[in-house]
Amino acid sequence: MAGVIAAGPEARAAASPRRRRRRAGEVLIEAFLRLNGFIAIAAIALIFVFLFKEGVQAFHTVAPLRFVQGTELDFDNVPQVVRMWQPVGQNPKYSILPLICGSFLVALPATLLATLFGVACGIYLAEVAGRRTREVVKPAIELIAGIPSIVVGFFCLATLATLVQQVLGTEFRLNAFVGALGVSFVIVPVVATMTDDALRAVPDELRQGAHALGANRWETIARVVVPAGASGIVASILLGMGRALGETMIVLMATGNAAQVTLNPFASVRTMTATIAAELGAVPQGGEQYRALFLVGSILFTITFLINLAAEMTVARMRRRLSL
Amino acid sequence: MKNGCRLVRPLVAALALVATAGPAIGAGNITVKGSDTMVILGQRWAEEYMKKNPDVTIQVTGGGSGTGIAALVNGTTTLANSSRPIKPEEIAQAKKNKIDVVEFRTAMDGLAVVVNADNPIQSLTMKQVGMIYTGYVGNWKQIGGPDRKILRYTRESNSGTYVFFKEHVLVNRDYAADCQTMPGTSAVAEAVARDAGGVGFGGVAYFAANPKLRILRIARDDRTEAVSPLLPTGAINYEAIWTQAYPISRYLYVYSAGQPQGPVKTYLDWILGPEGQAIVEKIEYVPMPAPKG
Repeated sequence: MAGVIAAGPEARAAASPRRRRRRAGEVLIEAFLRLNGFIAIAAIALIFVFLFKEGVQAFHTVAPLRFVQGTELDFDNVPQVVRMWQPVGQNPKYSILPLICGSFLVALPATLLATLFGVACGIYLAEVAGRRTREVVKPAIELIAGIPSIVVGFFCLATLATLVQQVLGTEFRLNAFVGALGVSFVIVPVVATMTDDALRAVPDELRQGAHALGANRWETIARVVVPAGASGIVASILLGMGRALGETMIVLMATGNAAQVTLNPFASVRTMTATIAAELGAVPQGGEQYRALFLVGSILFTITFLINLAAEMTVARMRRRLSL
Repeated sequence: MKNGCRLVRPLVAALALVATAGPAIGAGNITVKGSDTMVILGQRWAEEYMKKNPDVTIQVTGGGSGTGIAALVNGTTTLANSSRPIKPEEIAQAKKNKIDVVEFRTAMDGLAVVVNADNPIQSLTMKQVGMIYTGYVGNWKQIGGPDRKILRYTRESNSGTYVFFKEHVLVNRDYAADCQTMPGTSAVAEAVARDAGGVGFGGVAYFAANPKLRILRIARDDRTEAVSPLLPTGAINYEAIWTQAYPISRYLYVYSAGQPQGPVKTYLDWILGPEGQAIVEKIEYVPMPAPKG
C-alpha cells in the first residue's frame, strides 16, 4: 500500500540557480523519505531474523517431535502420548498443537463475527449512509479501535463471561467464545473501515451503469459494487484475522488459559500470544523454555505474515482490475 | 513526604549507578524481586524497615519466584524472594555468572485446597487432590461428592505456588490439560467462588476470609487423619504447619547474591528477628518457629 512518489516532468524542466537550490533540498527530503521506507523493510527483516535465530535454537535441546507430542506415565505408570504445553516440570512438554488450536478457536469465530458485522457496516458506510451520518458514524467506529484492549479484556472477564455462561450454559465460564467476542470487538473497526475504503474505490461509472440498466439501489450494491470490491473486502477480512491471531491482552484475560487440544469453541483455551505474554517475562534468557517460546513466536509470525501477504496481494489484484 | 522520598531515592541511586557504571548493589539501596506470593510480605517488611532506617531504600517488586531468581542470577537484584527452593540449574547458572547464592528461610506458608461452599466435600487425601489435578478424576462423584464436573484452577507456571503444588501434590506429574491458568491466587479464589464445581489452591490467607469457599482438610495418606490448616476458630493453625502435620506446607525463602554484608545483612537479620516475624504473622503467613523450638 506504499504510495509512489514520482517527480513530475515539469519539475525538472527549467533549472535556474534558484530552482537548483530548491532541488537540492528536494533531493534531501526524497532521500529521507526513501530511507524511512527502507527502514520499515529492514525492521521486518531484522525481526524475522531475530525471532527465527532464537526459535531455531530450541531444536538444539528439544527434538522436533516434542513440539508436537510427548510421552508421560499415567497414574498406573503406563506411558501415554500426550499433546500438552507444560514447560515447567521434571519432564517439560512443549507441544505447540494446543496453542495453535487455541489461537484459531479464538481467531476464526472472531473473524466470522467481525465479517458479519464489519462488512455490513462497511457497505452501509460506503453505499447507504448519507454524508452527515457517515461523518458521525465512521469516526465513532474508528474510536472503537482506540479502546485499549485491556479494557475490553476486563469487560469480558468481569461481565461478558458471566452473561455468556448464563445464556449458553457453557461448562467453562471463561472460554474461547468469550475471547472471540472480545477480539471481534476490536477487529470490527478494521474490517468496517477497510471495506468502506474498498467500496469507495469502486469507480462511480459502474454504479451509474447499473442504474442506467434499471437496477435499483439494492441490486447495484449486491450485484455490482460488492462483487467489484470483493477482493478489497476479502483483504479486510484477512487483515482482521491477522489482527485477531495477534491479539494478546483480551485472550489472556478472557479465555481461561487451559492449553488443551480441542475443537470445541466453548472450551477454555490458551493461545500462542497469551502463552508468550504470560511466560516470557519469567524465564531465564537463553533457556530451553525461552527458546521454545521464541519458536511459538516464529510460528505465529509466519502465520500472520502469510495472512497479511495474502491480503496485500488481493488488494493489489483489485487495484489492477479496477484501473483497467 | 515519605512517599516522595521513596520515589526520589531510587531515581538518584539509579542515576548514580549510571554515572559510575558500577555493580548493581549501591550502598543504601536494596532491590528485592521475585515471588508474587511474597510481594505483600516483602513490601510490608520494607516499609516498616525504612520507617526505622530512613537512610536505607528498599524496592520490592513481584513477577514470580522464577523471575526473581533469574534476576538474582543475572545480577540485576540484591535479593530474590522465592516461594520455592532454588533449583540446581539456577545455582549452576549463578555460578557461571560468578554469583554465590545464599539461602534464608524467612517464613512459612500453608497451601490450602479450596472448593466452592456448595460442594459437600470436607476432606481429601493428598493422592485424591493429585488425581483431581492430573485429570485422573473428572467428576466430584468419583471421590464421594455430587455428580458435577470438576473445574480445575491453577496458577501461571512462573509462580512458586504452581511448582510447589506440582512437586508435592502431583508428585511431578503434569497438570491436566483443562486446568485453567489464573494470574494470581485472588483470581483463583474469585473463580472457585463463582463455579460450583471449582477447585483451587493457594496461600491459606487468600481464602480464609471468603464465605463462598471451603478450605478442605487434607490427609497425608489413607492411614493418616485429615488435618485442616485452620483452627476451629477460623484462625491459621500454626502448630500444624510448623510441624508439617498439615501436609501441604512450605517455606518462603529470601536469596542473596553472596553472603549479605552491611545494610543488606542488617535488613535480613531484622526480617528474621522478632519485628520481621511479627509482620509475617500480621499478614496471615506463618512465622518461623522460635529458635528454641
